[in-house]
Amino acid sequence: MIRLEDLTKRFPGMERPAVNKLNMEVGKGEVCVLVGPSGCGKTTTMKMINRLCEPTEGKIYVDGQDTSRINPIKLRLDIGYVIQQIGLFPHMTINDNVATVPREKKWPSEKTKKRTEELLELVGLDPEEHGKRYPSGLSGGQQQRVGIARALAADPPIMLMDEPFAAVDRITRSRLQNEFLRLQKELNKTIIFVTHDIDEAIKMGDRIAVLRNGELIQYDEPGNILSAPAGDFVANLVGKNRSIKRLHLIRAQEILGEDHGGVSLDTPRETLKQKVEESVISTIMVVDEKGNLKGMVGAHALQERDGDRAEDIMEEVPDTVTDDATLNDALSVMLEIGEGYVPVVTADGKFRGTLTLNSLLDQVRSEKSAD
Amino acid sequence: MLIRILKFLIVPVILVALGVGVVYYVVENPTDSMVARMLTYDFIIDSMEKHLIMVFVSMVAAMAVGIPVGIMLTRPTFYYVGKVIENIVNVGQTVPSLAILALFFTFLGLGFNTAVFALWLYSILPILRNTFAGIMSVQPEVVESAKGMGMTPWRILSRIELPIAYPIIIAGIRTAIVINVGTATLATFIGAGGLGDMIVTGISVRREMVTFTGAALSALLAILLDYIIGRIEKNLVRWS
Repeated sequence: MIRLEDLTKRFPGMERPAVNKLNMEVGKGEVCVLVGPSGCGKTTTMKMINRLCEPTEGKIYVDGQDTSRINPIKLRLDIGYVIQQIGLFPHMTINDNVATVPREKKWPSEKTKKRTEELLELVGLDPEEHGKRYPSGLSGGQQQRVGIARALAADPPIMLMDEPFAAVDRITRSRLQNEFLRLQKELNKTIIFVTHDIDEAIKMGDRIAVLRNGELIQYDEPGNILSAPAGDFVANLVGKNRSIKRLHLIRAQEILGEDHGGVSLDTPRETLKQKVEESVISTIMVVDEKGNLKGMVGAHALQERDGDRAEDIMEEVPDTVTDDATLNDALSVMLEIGEGYVPVVTADGKFRGTLTLNSLLDQVRSEKSAD
Repeated sequence: MLIRILKFLIVPVILVALGVGVVYYVVENPTDSMVARMLTYDFIIDSMEKHLIMVFVSMVAAMAVGIPVGIMLTRPTFYYVGKVIENIVNVGQTVPSLAILALFFTFLGLGFNTAVFALWLYSILPILRNTFAGIMSVQPEVVESAKGMGMTPWRILSRIELPIAYPIIIAGIRTAIVINVGTATLATFIGAGGLGDMIVTGISVRREMVTFTGAALSALLAILLDYIIGRIEKNLVRWS
């Protein structure tokens, strides 16, 4: 889908090239993460793909076509572009922002309008509520969602993303990452993703390209980067705690059993008491008849609160993760809420089970023995 | 909608009423026969008209030059030219307005055209400088994302940069127009007429009422124009 051939970029007045004889290929529907320290040439490489930056030497082929022969405006209209600072247009409403590329492509206004609404829903925003607002009225995470919706607007086969989640806090970032991976499963875009964060690279990438001083050091799948880093540079980048890094590669749903272990709303107090005592975390989750997570009952709640049924005794759940969250996300949330567990739900709110700190530790231990 | 128009009209109506009140009062109640001979409806309206034409013509011409040149200077090709022009115009602005008038009448002669030319020159700077500053204030990532999405340079200018720069450009026009109305009262020294006629004659014949009329009318005019442009800005910019 995208092929780089001897790609080189020299900036005037610089001793060494910013990008030096890069050769790599990204397959259709793949997420390729360019990772490396600042100044390694990852952003420059990305910008050469949509010709925001012209290569000094070498060629880039998109779908077999030499990009230097395509009109840059036409080329860019078919490549989604998301940057760290988002760059939403402050004087336009969210709707107008998302409609940018369709309007540049002169789509009929009905089609543009429909597409805008569809996209806002896709990235988890309410077109009614947010569409007519200006970017300044949205939180950082919401703005980044709009940025992604805007890049997806004309359904480009390729997306370039330059540290798209770097400007939001850690928890929001892992949410956005998970949502994005879920979207990607449906959309199947070819994505070039730039980051300096190796954790993000391991989590997001189908393949990771490690760059240093403009040269490609290693280009491989995340698992292989972790287990067989090419040389000291990659080993240092990945870090010593490689078994913990593997938590990025395992999804919650992979280690949860079939039985979620929750109880129904009308469970009597006696049964609850018994279940809580049996539980490792002294807490039991309560679900309704549809399987949605409603609350939880712990030893504390059993003592403090009256009532005979789970429905009356249960407390609110502090936080949840989705079943496609990585174990590392789950760990972050546990630390955030200060508990040794976190309930897992599906994207549509169904309870899937509870991850505990111990189950994570078991994973780390088994990975370690595997190494 | 109707309420908004009415709200918009309150201040202008008050200002115009004040002006009409002042004119009516001084013409109907002259302090002596000399004032009565000077302050006639014809003379006041004629001065006002000349003043307005001077301000209007010089402002339109200043915008016609200041905005395009300001935009041009923000283009990378003209970056260094821009620095030079900006400095020249900055130095130009430090010359007192009266000196500018004096300077130009030596080779352009006396009269209305010279006054308009000097006012035009004097009004370019705030407009040019603010246009330049306004476009430069657009965050680089906004322009980069527009470019990355495939907008042409012309579309980026017209759809992104100029709309974001509007408030600053309009602020420049406001500054220019207030200075312009004030400076236009000096045009009387080179025989171009305007409200300055009343101020200067009033002083030279020691009739305060005449001076007051000219001063009051030019002040009201400045406030009125400033207000109108301020409202236009508010209606144009809904997003900040």
